[in-house]
Amino acid sequence: MSAPFRDMRLPGAFGVTLPEPDDFEFWRDQARALVQRDVPPDRVAWIEPGGAGDLFAGGRRRLPSPGADAPPVRASRAFVQLAKTAICHSDPERFALLYRLLWRMQGSPRLLEDGADPEVRRLDEMARAVRRDIHKMRAFVRFRLVEGGDGGAGEHYVAWFEPEHHILRANAGFFVRRFANMTWSILTPRGSLHWDRAVLEEGPPAQRSDAPAGDPTEELWRRYYASIFNPARLKVGAMLKEMPRKYWKNMPEAALIPELVAGAQSRESQMVAAGTLEMGERPTSLSAIDKAIHACRMCPIGLLDNRAVMGEGPRDAALMIVGEQPGDQEDLAGRPFVGPAGQLLDRHLERAGIDRRSAYVTNAVKHFKFVQRGKRRLHQTPTAKEVDICRWWLEGERELVQPRLVLAMGASAARGMLGKTVSISKVRGAPHPLEDGSELWVTAHPSYLLRLDGPAREEQSRLFDADLAAVKERLEELT
Amino acid sequence: MGPLSTIEKLAILADAAKYDASCASSGTTRRNSTGGKGIGSTEGMGICHAYAPDGRCISLLKILLTNHCIFDCHYCINRKSSNVRRARFSPQEVVDLTLSFYRRNYIEGLFLSSGIVKSSNHTMEQMVEVARILREEHDFRGYIHLKTIPEADPELVHQAGLYADRVSINVELPTDAGLVRLAPDKDARQIAGAMGKVKSDIVETRDARKRFRHAPRFAPAGQSTQMIVGADAATDADIVSKASRLYDSFRLRRVYYSAFSPIPDASAVLPLKRPPLVREHRLYQSDWLMRFYGYQPAEVMQATEADGNLPLDIDPKLAWALKFRERFPVDVNRAGKEALLRVPGLGVRAVERILASRRHRTMRLDDVARLTVSIAKVRPFIVTADWRPVMLTDRADLRALLAPKTEQLELFAA
Repeated sequence: MSAPFRDMRLPGAFGVTLPEPDDFEFWRDQARALVQRDVPPDRVAWIEPGGAGDLFAGGRRRLPSPGADAPPVRASRAFVQLAKTAICHSDPERFALLYRLLWRMQGSPRLLEDGADPEVRRLDEMARAVRRDIHKMRAFVRFRLVEGGDGGAGEHYVAWFEPEHHILRANAGFFVRRFANMTWSILTPRGSLHWDRAVLEEGPPAQRSDAPAGDPTEELWRRYYASIFNPARLKVGAMLKEMPRKYWKNMPEAALIPELVAGAQSRESQMVAAGTLEMGERPTSLSAIDKAIHACRMCPIGLLDNRAVMGEGPRDAALMIVGEQPGDQEDLAGRPFVGPAGQLLDRHLERAGIDRRSAYVTNAVKHFKFVQRGKRRLHQTPTAKEVDICRWWLEGERELVQPRLVLAMGASAARGMLGKTVSISKVRGAPHPLEDGSELWVTAHPSYLLRLDGPAREEQSRLFDADLAAVKERLEELT
Repeated sequence: MGPLSTIEKLAILADAAKYDASCASSGTTRRNSTGGKGIGSTEGMGICHAYAPDGRCISLLKILLTNHCIFDCHYCINRKSSNVRRARFSPQEVVDLTLSFYRRNYIEGLFLSSGIVKSSNHTMEQMVEVARILREEHDFRGYIHLKTIPEADPELVHQAGLYADRVSINVELPTDAGLVRLAPDKDARQIAGAMGKVKSDIVETRDARKRFRHAPRFAPAGQSTQMIVGADAATDADIVSKASRLYDSFRLRRVYYSAFSPIPDASAVLPLKRPPLVREHRLYQSDWLMRFYGYQPAEVMQATEADGNLPLDIDPKLAWALKFRERFPVDVNRAGKEALLRVPGLGVRAVERILASRRHRTMRLDDVARLTVSIAKVRPFIVTADWRPVMLTDRADLRALLAPKTEQLELFAA
């Protein structure tokens, strides 16, 4: 700063009225001239267009020309960048703040690096608020189709938006680049933009009533908004932080928010009721599981006129045999494998040299599924879902017994163990390692043998015996 | 029941997509529709066009092509044995929805995922077809993220990468054992193989573009993945180490965590208790520490508690600092960038500003306060010209002092 200008300091205040609230070029020219004439910040009043100019009218002075040896005005590139953004802020103090910083910068050119300086901090905050508003406008502008077909030649899309700062002009390029081949208008209380696929025109401020009220696509969009939201994860605070309520009134989807929030809890509990089965903690003893399965109504089978049938056998059995589900006789007796299939199984086990009494014998599904035909109860195969639900109890038994080898008989039993449907013919005769280090073997269900006759039955009996023999052999290796 | 209308399908197929954590639309090449026939632009930074009441942003139209599925993964609402209502979009329907939403500025583009219908290849072909119509027939220049099907023919996955900005393949679960148990139809080696192929495709096309200007771009926004948290017994330590291996092996842009959430018609194999949502948040914070703060995976694991999980009441950075109190306090006027980045409450931006500011002044507590969100959180860990926390880092109740109080947020408060 050179001495002669200090002596020439003029009395009274200067008033500078800007032609546009975001006119950086004009501000820069004026600010540069003021610095060159050594006019300190507290003697300049910056007035927005339509602002309180009268207050300073008396002090409005013409600036004398700078002397020939007026020093060049220094401003870092970072300052110019920041100022261009911050000047869009709606705070009437922004011009004065920028001038104070420019003034100080003449003595300390690297002032902007000092983020802890309160005025630098304020400028930074202003620029940040403007950038955020620019970003939110890009995000929350909602176009509505007013004429022509969607995407067609005569289309015209119009949006109403209420920016907080003077960002309309700064944001025009973004919308032109994005929607270059679309005819659109953006109306705001601070001005309007019109793009006809070739030329961008600026228009006067508009009112909300100038913009169209709706668009049929909004119904689709609202449905999308409501569906993509997960009611089990309500985080209203996080939503409000990024989408403050001031923007809501111009976003068609925002009208749904109160009911979505209010309904979230009941939707979640419905999801939980329909989904994650409310069985509480799993019992930790076989007798407690026995008690619990009698009360289990998690699938339709539990609602039939039947009783649960618990597995039986030693608590520390090395072999666990899993069937499909109790049948008519098992249901009556309350014990697994006592009917025709059970008796057939006993004979085959004996032949293989396996003592049934040393095995823990149970079923993939704990209740008898049937349809009533007159006095008879006809067996029904459980669905995959029913098997999956009952897996909860089967796993409980397996956790407690901890067998070294599990023999699953039939597709339902295999599903109860594996959680997926497998083909018996493809997986039988070989071990399938389980995650706890034990092994699963799969074979046919004895009731399948009962349904066959003649050579087919002989063939299947032979295969069944072979599977049992392999299990016996493997069991001896494991124990 | 008659055929479903578009709006009904949209409701079903968006509902089915809500368990996809990613909605990112950033990090791709800059494009705009100037000089083209269609619409769309990407300018590096993604834009979130709305926020749902679950706090997640809506940047892309995130839908499934269909929720029919031949697989039977237990954590998945669309698994074969689930009783959800099924629907299926034609590729053209997805294209029309994407364009009409994009024209109204509702979205940045499309995130398309799908259940597996008929076969993996058939499904992948349909997904690629959506992207092809958007790019080739409509000159769409917005963002496209395709979730590829690892079992599909690698050539189809390659096609997907030529149209899409980002491709993702879900690892689904943090451990292979969990995958075997909960996703019996999926194969960990196949998933890893598909990720490896995408990685090498990305690397190759980047190389080719250095030499040939017109070489096609391949997934310029890279690849990402998602894993489900809390459905199996994996601890946070397991998850962090899995994530870091994924970042290293496949150069993933992002690993997303999706807290296992109660789904309608869930399988009985799943745990009954859902993990607290904050667990997912803590994992993202730890991810952040590794990607932007220079923490090694092993260091994040040091922040876990005896059970292998990150504490839920405080963030992992604070948890680490409380375990390594001897490293504090850090002198704001002298410490290097790395030490400053370790201070709880100092973000990357704040650290950069402190480094720039201290060339001009000796930092006092007030100066630091102007550069941070909450000086109260930072204070016990720093030394400034006018502040030295003599006893604070030795205090046994420091954690209780710093753990945030439970906040009540009211939606309709004035």
